[in-house]
Amino acid sequence: MHKILKLSATALMMTSAAAFADTVTVVTSFSKDLTDPFKAAFEAANPDTTLEVVNRNTNAAVSYLQETRGSNTTDIMWASAPDAFEVLKEQGLLAKVDVQYEGIPDMIGGYPVHDADGTYFGFAASGYGIMYNTRYVEANELPIAEEWEDLKRAEYNGHVAMSSPSRSGTTHLTVETVLQGEGWDDGWATWKWISGNMNTVTERSFGVPDAVNSGATGFGIVIDFFGLSSKASGFPVELVYPSVTAIVPANIGIIENAPNQDGAKRFVEFVLSPEGQKVLLEPAIMRLPVNPDAYADAPEGFPNPFSEDFAPGAIEFDVEKSGMRYELVNSLFDVLVTYRLDDLRAAVSAVQRAEAAQAESGNEEAAALIAEARALIEAMPISEEQALDPSYTQAFTVSRADPATEVVGRQAEIEQEWDRFAVENYAKARQLAEQAIALN
Amino acid sequence: MPAITDSPRRRLTLFPNLSGAAVAGIAIAIFLMAFLILPVAQVLYVAFLDARTGAFTFQNFQDFFNTTLFRESFVNSFYVSAMSVVVATMIALPLAYITTRFNFAGTAAIQALGIIPLIMPPFVGAVAMSLLFGRNGSVNLLLNQYFGFRIPFMEGLNGVILVQSIHYFPFILINLSASLRNIDRSMEEAAQNLGSHGMRMFRRIVFPLAMPGYLAGAALVFIKVFDDLGTPLLLNVNNMLAPQAYLRITGVGINDPMGYVISFILVVFSVFSLWASFLFMRGKDYATVQKGGGGLSRRDLNTREKWLAWATILLILALVLSPHIGLLLLAFGTIWSFSPLPDGFTVQHFGTIFTQSTQYVWNTIIYAGTAALIDVVLGCAIAYIVIRTGLTGRKWLDYMATAALAVPGVVLGIGYLRMFHGIQLPFGLGQMSSFWGIIIIALAVRRLPYALRACMAALQQVSLSLEEAAESLGASRTSTIRRIVVPLMTGGILAGFVTSFATAAVELSATIMLVGRSSDAPLAYGIYLYMQSPAGRGPGAALGILAVVIVALGTYLSQRIIERERSRQSTISDQH
Repeated sequence: MHKILKLSATALMMTSAAAFADTVTVVTSFSKDLTDPFKAAFEAANPDTTLEVVNRNTNAAVSYLQETRGSNTTDIMWASAPDAFEVLKEQGLLAKVDVQYEGIPDMIGGYPVHDADGTYFGFAASGYGIMYNTRYVEANELPIAEEWEDLKRAEYNGHVAMSSPSRSGTTHLTVETVLQGEGWDDGWATWKWISGNMNTVTERSFGVPDAVNSGATGFGIVIDFFGLSSKASGFPVELVYPSVTAIVPANIGIIENAPNQDGAKRFVEFVLSPEGQKVLLEPAIMRLPVNPDAYADAPEGFPNPFSEDFAPGAIEFDVEKSGMRYELVNSLFDVLVTYRLDDLRAAVSAVQRAEAAQAESGNEEAAALIAEARALIEAMPISEEQALDPSYTQAFTVSRADPATEVVGRQAEIEQEWDRFAVENYAKARQLAEQAIALN
Repeated sequence: MPAITDSPRRRLTLFPNLSGAAVAGIAIAIFLMAFLILPVAQVLYVAFLDARTGAFTFQNFQDFFNTTLFRESFVNSFYVSAMSVVVATMIALPLAYITTRFNFAGTAAIQALGIIPLIMPPFVGAVAMSLLFGRNGSVNLLLNQYFGFRIPFMEGLNGVILVQSIHYFPFILINLSASLRNIDRSMEEAAQNLGSHGMRMFRRIVFPLAMPGYLAGAALVFIKVFDDLGTPLLLNVNNMLAPQAYLRITGVGINDPMGYVISFILVVFSVFSLWASFLFMRGKDYATVQKGGGGLSRRDLNTREKWLAWATILLILALVLSPHIGLLLLAFGTIWSFSPLPDGFTVQHFGTIFTQSTQYVWNTIIYAGTAALIDVVLGCAIAYIVIRTGLTGRKWLDYMATAALAVPGVVLGIGYLRMFHGIQLPFGLGQMSSFWGIIIIALAVRRLPYALRACMAALQQVSLSLEEAAESLGASRTSTIRRIVVPLMTGGILAGFVTSFATAAVELSATIMLVGRSSDAPLAYGIYLYMQSPAGRGPGAALGILAVVIVALGTYLSQRIIERERSRQSTISDQH
C-alpha cells in the first residue's frame, strides 16, 4: 500500500520535478545521532533543500561509490577515516570544489585539517584514547591505564580490546601513531605486548565501545568520540588520552560529477560554518570541532585539542610514510596478531608468569630464558626499510602498483611466510618461558 | 541451462506435452542466470586472474592450498558445521517428536516459538548473547559471585557451535516436523501389528520415513553454518573460511584476490555437500500413497510423561530463546553494564522507534513478504521440474538455486551494483540498482534455497500414483498440480514460506549495499543504524523485538493454517 502510494507520488512529482529537485544525497558512515541534528539544522537554514542521508559503513560506501561511478547519484561522502578519502581521491571520485570557510586553522595536532588538493575537508577532530568501564575496573580492582605502556603490564591480561586496523581506519591511525612515535621495532613490540593482554580483536570499530559499555571487557583502545558519547549516553565509562596520540580530522568531500553540486557545496560550507561546528557539541555526538572558537560553548571538562596542555607528546604525524605502507601495516597486524591471537596470548601470558616467578626466585638461568622468549615475541619478519620499499608495499596494492617495480612476491606468499615466522616464534617463546617457570 | 529436449525413453507417459514445464524451466533458468549466476560471476572471476597482470591463472588456488591459515580455516569451518548439525539435531528432534507424536496442548505455540531463533537481527543478537553468556554476562557474573568460576560459553569455536546451533536448528525442526506430519499412519500401524513400538519403532520406521525432511534441514544447517560469516565475526573468531573471505573482500582499497578464491571455494563446497545429500537419498522412495488421517497417530500422554515432556520442552526453549530474552531486557532496559540485569526499565526506546522508524516496518513486511512469495512459487516449480519431469539439465536448476546459499551477501550486492547500475527504469523509478524492487529480488534469490529445500521434501513425500490416478480420471496436468499436488504439499510450502520470510526479514549483508534511500530501508538496516551508536542500543533492540514479533505472528498464523488443514483432512477421511 505504502509503496503504491509512493509510486504514484513519484509519478506525480515527475511532472513538477524541477520544483522539487533540490535534494542533496549524502553517503555516510556516521550514525543517526550525528546525522539527524545536522540534517535538522541544515534544513532549517535552507528550507528549500532536503538532505537525503544514506548510511553505509565506510567500506561499503567506498565500494558503492566505485561501482556506481558510471552514473553517479551521490553528492557527498561523509566519514571519519581519512584513508577512505585518500582511496576515493586517488581513483578520481572526489571533485575539487571551491568551498568557502573561515576561522579553521590549517593544522591540528600536527595533522593537516584539509586535503592539500582541496578535494575533502576536515570538519571535526578526533584523538585516540583508552576508554574504560568504571564498574569493571572497580570489580577487578585494576588501576587505571593512562598510557599505551600501562596496557602492556601483566595485571591487564585479558582485560583489553581493540579493533583490527584493517577493519577500522581509525584504529589503523592509532597503530601507525605508535609506530611513528616509538619507532618501527619498539612500536610493534608495544602492540604485541598489548595484544597479548587482549581478550578480543573486534571486526568492527564500534565493537570495542560496545564491549566496554556492556562490561564484556575493561579497557578499549578507541577513537575519542566513542568514549565521550558513551559517557554522555549514561554508560559508566571514562576516556583518557595517552600522551602519545594523534589528532586526526573526520572528513567530508563532494563526489565528482555530483547531481546537485551546488547544494553539496552549501552543505559542506554549512558543516564548516560556526553554526555547523556548534552542532558537534551535542551530547550524543561529542566530537571535537575544528574551529577553535567553537570551544567557547563547550561543556566543562570537554577536551580542547587547541589548548597547550592537551596531549603534550602528540607527534608530528607523517602522512606520506603512513600512506606508503598502509596496506602492508594492516596485513602485518592481521597476520602477526589478529589471526594468531591465541598463540600470541599463550606466549605472552607464559612470559608474564615466568617473570612473576623469576622476580621471586631471582634465578639467573630463568632470566636468560625469559629474555630469549621476549626477543622471539618481539621479532619482526621485516624491517622498516623493507616496509617502505616499493617492492614490498606494492605486492599489497597490485592494482595501483607501478608496473616497472619488481615485487618480491604475491601477497598470499608473503603472508604465508610471515605466518610461519609468527607461529614458530610464538610457540618457541612459550616453550622457553615454560622452561623458565620450571626452573624456579 | 537446461535444453528443451525430452528423454522419451525414461519419461513416464504421464505428461504427453512437456512444453509447460519446459517453458517454466527456461524462465527460471533465465531468472537465476540474470539475478544470481551472472552478477556473482562478475565478481568471482577475479579469483582466476593474476592480480598484477590481469591474465588468466590458477596460481591463486595454489596459493590458497599453500597457506597454513587457509587450510586451518577450512578444517575449522568443516568441524564447526558438522558439530552444529549434531547439536542442532539434539535440540530439534525432541521438539519435533513431542509436538507431532502426542496430543500436546501447546503444539502451535511451541512450533512458532521454535522458529524465532532464526529471526536473530544482526548485531543485536550478538550483543544480547554476550550480555547473557559472555565472559562478564549475567550468567557468568552470577556464577562468579556465588561459586567463584565462569563457564566460557562464548569463547572460540565452541562458542560458534553453540550460537550457530541455537540460531539454525529451526531449519531441522521445521522440515522434520513437516515430514513427520506427512508420514502415513498405516506404516506405523503395520509396524505396531508386527510388534514394534517405542524407541525401536521411532528408530526403524518413523525416523527413516522422515528422512527427506531431516536431511533437507540438516543439509541447510551444514551449508549455512559453513558459509555464515556473521556469527564468527561477531564472536571475533577469524580462523574460519567465511570470515576470511569477508575480511579480504571488504577492506578499504584492498585488492587481495584470496577473498574471491575463498568465496569460489565456498560456493563449490556448498554445491558439493548438496550433491552428497542427494547421493545419500538416491534410490530410496519416501512417498506415501494415502494421506490417511494426516500423519502419525497422536496419543495422549499420562501425567508423568506430560511433566517430562514439558520439562524437556521448557528447558530447550529457555536455551534457544535466551538471545531474545536478552534482547527484551535490552529493549526495556536503561543502562546495562557489568551487571546481571539492567539498572532500570523504561518504555522510552519503543517511543523513539514508533515516532521515528515505522517506515522500516512496512518496508520489511513488503520486501520479505514478496520475496518469500517469489521463493515458494519458484521453489515449487523447480521441485516439480526436478522430481517429476525428465527435462535435461533439470538438476542444474536445483544446483544453481542452492548455490545462492553459499554466495556471501556482499558479493551478491556488489554483483548487482556492477550489473544493474546505469540501467534506467521507466516510469521515473530511477536507477535499477537503487530501486527498492531490486532489494526484493536480492532477498528472494538469497532465501530461495530455504523454500526450495522445503518444497522438494514435501513433493518427495507425495506419491506419483496419486497424480496418475487423477490423470486417469481425466484431470489435466495443470489441474492435477493445482488440485492434487499443491494441496498435498501445503505443509511444506508454508514451511518454506515461513523460513524464507523470517530470514529475509532480518537480512542485512546484501541489503546494505542496495539501499538507495533511507526511506526505502528495511528493519535490519534500521537496526544496524541504531546499533552503531551508544545511545542507539536500546532503540535498536526495540526495533529487533518488533522484527521478532512480526515474524512470530506470521509463523503462528501459518502454523494455525497447517493445523486447520490437517484437521479438515482427517475429518474428511473419517467420513469415508
